[in-house]
Amino acid sequence: MVSFIIDGKKVEAEEGAMLLDVARQNGFVIPTLCTHESVGRSGACRLCVVEVKSGKRMRVVTSCMYPVAEGIEVSTKTDRVMNVRRLVMQLLMARCPESEVLQEMAVEMGVKPEPRFTPDTDKGKCILCRLCVRACQDVVGVSAIGSSYRGPNKSVGPPFMEDSSACIGCGACAFICPTEHIHMEAMDSKRKIWGRTFKMQACEKCGRYFAPVDQLKFISQKTGTPMTELAVCMSCK
Amino acid sequence: MSEKQAFKGEIIDRLLYKDPATGQKITYEHDVPFYKKQMRLIFGMNGQLDPTSLEDYLALGGYSALAKALKTMKPEDVIQEIIKANLRGRGGGGFPAGWKWDETRKAHGEPKYVICNADEGDPGAYMDRSLLEGNPHLVLEGMLIGAYAIGSSKGYIYVRNEYPLAVENVMIAIDKLHEAGLLGNNILGSGFNFDISINRGGGAFVCGESSALFASLEGRAGEPRVKYIHATHKGLWDKPTNLNNVETWANVPFIINKGADWYRSIGTENSKGTKIFSLVGKINNTGLVEVPMGIKLREIVYEIGGGIPGGRKFKAVQTGGPSGGCLPASLLDTPIDYDELTKHGSMMGSGGMIIMDDQTCMVDVARYFMHFLEGESCGKCVPCREGIRRMTEILQDICDGKGTEADITLLENMSKGILDGALCALGNTAPNPVLSTLRYFRDEYIAHVRDKKCPAGVCNALIRYSILSDKCTGCGLCLKRCPAEAITGEKKKVHVINDATCIRCGACKDGCKFEAIIVE
Repeated sequence: MVSFIIDGKKVEAEEGAMLLDVARQNGFVIPTLCTHESVGRSGACRLCVVEVKSGKRMRVVTSCMYPVAEGIEVSTKTDRVMNVRRLVMQLLMARCPESEVLQEMAVEMGVKPEPRFTPDTDKGKCILCRLCVRACQDVVGVSAIGSSYRGPNKSVGPPFMEDSSACIGCGACAFICPTEHIHMEAMDSKRKIWGRTFKMQACEKCGRYFAPVDQLKFISQKTGTPMTELAVCMSCK
Repeated sequence: MSEKQAFKGEIIDRLLYKDPATGQKITYEHDVPFYKKQMRLIFGMNGQLDPTSLEDYLALGGYSALAKALKTMKPEDVIQEIIKANLRGRGGGGFPAGWKWDETRKAHGEPKYVICNADEGDPGAYMDRSLLEGNPHLVLEGMLIGAYAIGSSKGYIYVRNEYPLAVENVMIAIDKLHEAGLLGNNILGSGFNFDISINRGGGAFVCGESSALFASLEGRAGEPRVKYIHATHKGLWDKPTNLNNVETWANVPFIINKGADWYRSIGTENSKGTKIFSLVGKINNTGLVEVPMGIKLREIVYEIGGGIPGGRKFKAVQTGGPSGGCLPASLLDTPIDYDELTKHGSMMGSGGMIIMDDQTCMVDVARYFMHFLEGESCGKCVPCREGIRRMTEILQDICDGKGTEADITLLENMSKGILDGALCALGNTAPNPVLSTLRYFRDEYIAHVRDKKCPAGVCNALIRYSILSDKCTGCGLCLKRCPAEAITGEKKKVHVINDATCIRCGACKDGCKFEAIIVE
């Protein structure tokens, strides 16, 4: 166990625990967009920044990936911290002017859009947090989507933005997307995502369409469970 | 002629170097002003050996430092010597190399890696290339000594693929070392095993950042990662890794051979040894210059560099690569070392040095570098990916005459946010071109936004070409040269430029023999 200070309050935590988690457990509010309990951390959105004094050194760090240590002094609301968070929110709002999630967050944080930034029209609601990419890779294990290009042209999708043969249509990416950028269209016997249409499996008992056939095939392959055993939905099992 | 020179030792006057400043002919290389003030320690051997020959390098005393380290020094002694010499990283950070080695040696985890960072991506900088092309064994010897000190058996050279000759010469050097038993198992009978592989970079500037370089080496996209746990503990494939720049490695054999005390005698209090700069831009003598730390900017510009072409006025020097800063004429007497450059809002970087004259617009310079960085940002974190491009947009507007005074405040606030908020060193230093030009050339920004003028006469939207009626002789040359047919006038009568069709290319002004054309 190590003890240290957050905004003047003494807290204790396991050594090596991430600062964001410890701070939240202790009731401190720190905004994030690119963290999710199901996937690894990346430190991309920079909203969770805090100022940490360690020894004589004072610096702004991303709390989601900063391992806590004995004696550090953490400030979650200094001018430097708020300046970074404000800038990040304004930049993201200019990138994704249609995102309600960002607008709500901005109101909560007291951040107004920067009128000097011309809003983008071609980025949709994607903030490039890449939670979808990490979920597809780490949780689902198919890596059907990834990022391409760099800098301002960076984008997320299947390779070459063509229909992906690796995608199983599970929808984990759409589920984890914090800004509802990824569209998944459900039409009973069919589901459409990333431009591909997937055939849905109807439950053998209740008849409800519950999962894409490709996803069941993938599970069957991975676990060795015969397809026949997978043709029943979770509620009827 | 060759007979005269080779057999009779006669000097052929007409082939001698003529100093452009004085017109004097100079017989010996070391008397040429360009070389006179230099201290060519690292580069010293470059002209004396064939880089593909191991024998040449050996004949000049090569690998004697390695032999000395392996035969007479314990790994800890080698590290202590480097710490004592206070060798600081030449790639830009200036972190003491000895401490890094020590950390990596003490870190838990096997194997340990040593890496030579040769992903030199700064525009106009080519010191690493010249070292790898011209004397690869010096760098390899440094790596061998480092690996022995750290306890590593595997090294990588990450070199950009745009340097084919560097890649080739290093490959030849590695092959020769294998043949000679200087790479591989039981080197010089010491029981020390080490091998080096070459990895060619795909051309991303950001891959010069250590964690992005690791990602690229591991076969993933070159994106930096958060480094609260240092690479010395968790680097390449999460193993202890020591990464140094080409030039840093090249310093090592000299320190081991001649000792830390000798090395410490060169340079300033906290910056020891020499530094190679790539001197480019508006300067008479361009090229790579190696100077002792602490030399004044003025000496580099006016003595080594031979001053500004055409007798124009020096305006600024940009040091430290794209994310470095611009220093004005008032700082010409600054001694060059890591701390002084940082103090004045620039940085050592890897050693790029771009000289600018009074015909350079500093807002345009900031815009250029931000545009470069915008394209080289990996796109992972928000402040860098989105922030730099927004800053570039604002700077473009200022250059186009569409800026306001509020833009300057906004640029400053954004700079602070990006500096604090970006994930890696590329983003953390990206606002430097803007901050340093605002610090020293704020009046130029004000002229752009308030008076809608570009004092240097560069930004097209803010300048106007016109013909002085008292100087124009009506020769018609400008009319002929104008590609936009924007000039009218009869022979021997004063000509006129039509501002609406003028494309501001400057062809008329360059061609006028009577200095009758002005830019406002």
